[in-house]
Amino acid sequence: MPELNDTATARATATVSPAGTGDVTPEKPKKETSNSLWSNAWRDLRRRPVFIVSAVIILLLLAISAFPGWFTDADPKPGDLTHFLQKPNFSHIGDADWFGYDAQGRSIYARVIYGARASIIVGVVTTAIVTVLGMLIGMIAGYFGGWVDAVLSRLTDIFSGVPILLGSLVILQAFTGRTAWTVSAAIGVLGWTQITRVMRGAVITVKQADYVQAARALGAGSGRILMKHVLPNSLAPVIVVATISLGMYISLEATLSYLGIGIQNGISWGGDISDGSEQIRNALHVLLFPAGFLSVTVLAFIMLGDAVRDALDPKLR
Amino acid sequence: MAETGMKDEALSDVVASDASTTAEVEAVLDAPVERGEPILQVRNLVKHFPLTQGVLFKKQVGAVKAVDGVSFDLYQGETLGIVGESGCGKSTVAKLLMTLETATSGEVFYKGQDITKLSGRALKAVRRNIQMVFQDPYTSLNPRMTVGDIIGEPFDIHPEVAPKGDRRRRVQELLDVVGLNPEYINRYPHQFSGGQRQRIGIARGLALNPEIIICDEPVSALDVSVQAQVINLMEKLQDEFNLSYVFIAHDLSIVRHISDRVGVMYLGKLAEIGTDAEIYDHPTHPYTQALLSAVPVPDPEAREGRERIILTGDVPSPANPPSGCRFRTRCWKAQDKCAEEVPVLAVPEVFAGRSTLAAHESACHFAEEKDVVHAA
Repeated sequence: MPELNDTATARATATVSPAGTGDVTPEKPKKETSNSLWSNAWRDLRRRPVFIVSAVIILLLLAISAFPGWFTDADPKPGDLTHFLQKPNFSHIGDADWFGYDAQGRSIYARVIYGARASIIVGVVTTAIVTVLGMLIGMIAGYFGGWVDAVLSRLTDIFSGVPILLGSLVILQAFTGRTAWTVSAAIGVLGWTQITRVMRGAVITVKQADYVQAARALGAGSGRILMKHVLPNSLAPVIVVATISLGMYISLEATLSYLGIGIQNGISWGGDISDGSEQIRNALHVLLFPAGFLSVTVLAFIMLGDAVRDALDPKLR
Repeated sequence: MAETGMKDEALSDVVASDASTTAEVEAVLDAPVERGEPILQVRNLVKHFPLTQGVLFKKQVGAVKAVDGVSFDLYQGETLGIVGESGCGKSTVAKLLMTLETATSGEVFYKGQDITKLSGRALKAVRRNIQMVFQDPYTSLNPRMTVGDIIGEPFDIHPEVAPKGDRRRRVQELLDVVGLNPEYINRYPHQFSGGQRQRIGIARGLALNPEIIICDEPVSALDVSVQAQVINLMEKLQDEFNLSYVFIAHDLSIVRHISDRVGVMYLGKLAEIGTDAEIYDHPTHPYTQALLSAVPVPDPEAREGRERIILTGDVPSPANPPSGCRFRTRCWKAQDKCAEEVPVLAVPEVFAGRSTLAAHESACHFAEEKDVVHAA
């Protein structure tokens, strides 16, 4: 904060002295630094507790996926059957037995830490692919209408007719050495239809608004209208759908791993959740920890999406 | 007023100076127009919206004739009011004048250039000179842009109008001109009242220093007390910046207050056009007379004495308008001729050559004067 105030006062003196208008309040020039939608939203976001909490969780998760070795010394792979379904020991924070052991005697804590990378990659990358594809196709279809819309909407119908699980199963069949990236691509290629539809609907509503007509009357081109008027005003529903489906993609990867067509030779929360669900009656902790991490991740992204959506709406600031 | 003669002359000029290249067009557009000269000439403007059936393979099954042959002139520095009930095509005329809609046929000559045929840079140059104020101040401002960005957007699109460093000052000047505090520049539209928002819309329209402003019901969404303020502001700005207005509205008293000339529209056609005294005190078209007889009169005694013309039936569908005169289905004077012949918008024969205010253009076979407002 101190450096912000410094620049603000520096600018205040710079703007006030040549103009010479006496009634410029000292807080005005601070706002003046930049006043676009995105910079105002960012300024607002930094003050929202929901954003700060979710951002901290997400940064922590990103650190875990990037450098799992920082968080545990234990090895997630080899099992030691002497630890068969051993209960968690909560006093041993950070140790291999912190969260207990699974049916093959592997440290659940180590598996949760090492499984984060695959799960986060699948969640984030799939959501990114789906959002970019969906927004692009939805925006083009909704904004240009006519035959472009007819073609793209029928294409959307065709893709949404393919069940994602079955479709990605078929696609992944063709790959050997499947990684989190291949799984993301397979889900992404099939999953964009929902966001496309949401985006198309929002764009059709927005493009009829008078302010879009006003921009056209001023001589604005399609690019400007799309970026300045249509996109910011049709983003809110897309953010909600995208953040909610992020969790869905992580669990979809779990299902694929369970069916033996997911990530090969890898550890992921999804795979451990399906393993743990077999032990649900005699050792709940095997299921609880990977599932809990998944829930917290999804919650963090939904909270982030909510905060961003609210920050982008000047009425809610 | 030898209006018809003047119009023909101007039109032949128009055809002669048919500049084709963008540079020529821009040169023509920069030329000033003297006060009282026609700046905008609308000729047989037609807009039909196709009615289609089918999802993938659309076939046209008809057309909504929203605007069907409208002609008028707008003179430099004047306000031309266009009145008519909902759905008569007023707003479509506004959009056609702004080239926000493509005309089905007909021409709009701005300084001799047919703007309905322009595109690209030439059209952009025209847009600089013709601007619009919208009806609903709650939807005409982008809720996610600050006032500074909204009023500054014209400068982003036409960077030649204001150098980058100068824009903020220009926006604040514009806010001042329309009577808003220049410090509001970083606020968002939802922080303003309806009247203030309409002022922001007017400031955006003024930003490029246009010659013509098309006002599409600029005050009908506002409270009555605020309407007067906005109307007075618009009159002040007209004098200050030498603007010509096309003022579209359905409120007859506001139109009379602000307009120099008034055109009355019914079902996509102009029924009658003339100066405000000609239209309001000497209407000759039965539709205008019926419309004026519906204006509320504040004086209870005068109200009792006057004649009310109450029309029966509904406005016919613009997809299937009546033959001949469009008003004949609701007109008390209608005869066989009205169904067979389309009345031309011209000075009626009965008044031709007479120096009465009733001698103005009226599209009726049986035009006769009837002073509805003052009838006692």
